[in-house]
Amino acid sequence: MPELNASRLATLLDQRFDELLAAWTAEQLQVVRRGQISASDMRAQCRELLQAIRRALAAGASTRIDGQSWAAARDLLGRVSSQRAQQGFPSSETAMFVLSLKRPLFDALRRASDDADTLAADIWTVTDLLDQLALFTTETYLRSREALITRQQEDMLELSTPVVKLWDGVLALPMIGTLDSSRTQIVMESLLQRIVETGSDVAILDITGVPTVDTLTAQHLLKTVTAARLMGAECIISGIRPQIAQTIVQLGVDLGDVVTKATLADAFKLALSRIGLSVGRVRPAGAPALGAAPAARD
Amino acid sequence: MDSIPILRMGPVLLVSIQVDMHDRLALTLQEDLSDAITANGSKGVLIDISALGVVDSFMGRMLANIAGIARVLDAATVVVGMQPAVAITLVELGLSLEGVRTALNIEKGMALLQAAVAERDAVLHVMDDADGTD
Repeated sequence: MPELNASRLATLLDQRFDELLAAWTAEQLQVVRRGQISASDMRAQCRELLQAIRRALAAGASTRIDGQSWAAARDLLGRVSSQRAQQGFPSSETAMFVLSLKRPLFDALRRASDDADTLAADIWTVTDLLDQLALFTTETYLRSREALITRQQEDMLELSTPVVKLWDGVLALPMIGTLDSSRTQIVMESLLQRIVETGSDVAILDITGVPTVDTLTAQHLLKTVTAARLMGAECIISGIRPQIAQTIVQLGVDLGDVVTKATLADAFKLALSRIGLSVGRVRPAGAPALGAAPAARD
Repeated sequence: MDSIPILRMGPVLLVSIQVDMHDRLALTLQEDLSDAITANGSKGVLIDISALGVVDSFMGRMLANIAGIARVLDAATVVVGMQPAVAITLVELGLSLEGVRTALNIEKGMALLQAAVAERDAVLHVMDDADGTD
């Protein structure tokens, strides 16, 4: 008879509100580490939740928390748990916020009832109810953590694809981390945009920081190279490590007529020669330049 | 019926696409350009698509077709000023426009065309010289 239990619980909460609140807050303060949340904040949160539970029990007379009458309690719990997720509470402590109400509530039930059957039924109702609330809290906690992780991933995506200008007409794109479809899309777009902005003839895709290259990654790279060629810029792929070269050949990936170089330096040299420049030594190696010695002492 | 103007600059024809291309317009351009290359004996075609923001598979094929026709008529084609979004779309459609030369802007495209024309002229001169010694 859940209806009966619910109304009896509501009455119990009404009668022993202050006593329950005090006991619950005391339980909480044992669990939570010092300094993470102030005692007065904690007491306020407990009071609000206890009031919401009482109102829900009195109004809805149901112990399923997905009902309309539990909306206020759900709202409050959602707020508290996402706040705790941001403050860096562990998930167990966030769940304990609700679960630590069990002991005070069981104590109160035991004192209120002298019939064993009624007591057992009441305890079952309370356990069921608090478990639901705790699960809801944990779920909200995880959701807000996941939202945080997603946002950080997006940030990383933006930060990890800088297009740098090496020389007038030469761009370089040092790629770091695994290349998946969404990242390659951003890489491609930002590279092409920069080619238009700077009017560069040559772009160097440096994959030194890419841990593995599979057929999909190679295909993404080739797409980027082709798109750049369509716009009238030439692409050079550099930074291919020995293991990656072996993987590419073993997978049978056809890089077509794309120019590849082992190091960024080689690629830069080629890029300079494509735009009609070259790097040379001004004086023989080891020969001191005029005025170089005093400058070195400074 | 509107059409895209084809401008003649010495041995080179200049086509600048400034309006939204639709299929009929693209077909007209293809015909007009073939006629113009033959009539002028042009050695190069420069197609500026910097104002083209949207492209479909048909448009991509038209560009490849125009380049193919020009090649048959002994003229080099350079496509200039392709927007990033257009380039990405063409790559995703699997149209890499093999055999079409590309450049970032008109200036670079014109330099590329002149180099191509000069190269061929040089070859012709060599052949003339060879004929002369015989």
